[in-house]
Amino acid sequence: MNRIVVDEDKCRGCALCIEFCPKNVLRMADRFNRDGLNPAEMGWPERCIGCATCATVCPHVAIVLVEREPKKKAGAGQ
Amino acid sequence: MAEAQVVFTPPESLSDTLMHYCPGCTHGSLHRLVAEIIDELGVRESTVGICPVGCAVYAYNYFEVDMIEAAHGRAPAVATGVKRVRDDCTVFTYQGDGDLASIGMGEIVHAAARNEAITVVFVNNGVFGMTQGQMAPTTLIGQKASTAPAGRRPEHEGFPVRVVEMLNALEGPTYLARSSMASPRWIRDTKKKLRNAFKAQTEHHGFGLVEVLSSCPTWWGMTPKEALDWMESTVVDYYPIEEFRALPEGDTEGE
Ligand SMILES: Cc1ncc(C[n+]2csc(CCOP(=O)(O)OP(=O)(O)O)c2C)c(N)n1
Ligand code: SF4
Ligand code: SF4
Ligand code: SF4
Ligand SMILES: [Mg+2]
Repeated sequence: MNRIVVDEDKCRGCALCIEFCPKNVLRMADRFNRDGLNPAEMGWPERCIGCATCATVCPHVAIVLVEREPKKKAGAGQ
Repeated sequence: MAEAQVVFTPPESLSDTLMHYCPGCTHGSLHRLVAEIIDELGVRESTVGICPVGCAVYAYNYFEVDMIEAAHGRAPAVATGVKRVRDDCTVFTYQGDGDLASIGMGEIVHAAARNEAITVVFVNNGVFGMTQGQMAPTTLIGQKASTAPAGRRPEHEGFPVRVVEMLNALEGPTYLARSSMASPRWIRDTKKKLRNAFKAQTEHHGFGLVEVLSSCPTWWGMTPKEALDWMESTVVDYYPIEEFRALPEGDTEGE
């Protein structure tokens, strides 16, 4: 599956990743980080397309990994 | 099943450190772009960065390259000295609009006029962020600042300075552009222009500067997203996003 990893202690809870994610994958988590801020998390990971838009806008470089599945070839894996 | 492909990790030239910037402040993403370019050019071991006085004063903690802290506005003079004794180094300054366009206006104009072989990352957020949101030379007409509480009035505080257009009147500079951090599209454009500004130094031994429109949600009194939207809707009307002077021989990347 496509996925991102948020370094929660670096996250400042600015929500820009949530605003710009084209697939509405992200949301604010209920838990708090070390500084008492709610970090971003993948609420709907199955929608993620691995486009890295969130990492491009993240002002705090808190998104530390974006992974994308290689495209499936037509007819493969059936 | 084929391995998932890593499409993003932070650059090696950026420290794995919590940056002190306010939530949503685009100083941090701009640091990342600069660090990515240093990685991509393969010059990490020979790069020297010069820090400003301003919110980016701690940039020496955030870049994994040698850094020097300059007195307020004097980064281009320090960069000139470093570059002239160590021409093998890639030298950049990172300066706010208070630093570069107010107290440091003399230094930047002469460095540009000399076509000094340095790269300048000029962060225009329209205020003195570090010292609590005072008016900067770049504050827009009508924009509120702590020293212009009713908004900047041209008859009283004068007109905002368009730094790149002004430097473009000089023969000297090799590369001049303006870009913005307002959205993913413009962040990618900023990276291309920054790369050109580094290539102005590494391939053409000349002066390269990008004025990057950046946000200060804290002193603009906006949410991070409102700040970016305001840049997109309003700030660019006065500060057009443009490549004012391209690299020689069309050796340039841009949108
Ligand atoms: C010689 C001197 N004068 C004034 C100051 C106070 N001062 C600190 S930062 C700053 C302006 C910073 O604004 P800017 O360069 O726009 O950076 P920002 O914080 O907005 O990124 C000023 C005037 C100082 N530190 N030194
Ligand atoms: S990689 Fe793209 S789709 Fe996935 S969370 Fe980030 S912005 Fe959304
Ligand atoms: S953009 Fe970055 S800092 Fe802001 S909420 Fe998302 S992960 Fe956190
Ligand atoms: S005061 Fe403004 S420029 Fe400084 S860190 Fe905060 S948002 Fe960024
Ligand atoms: Mg400023």
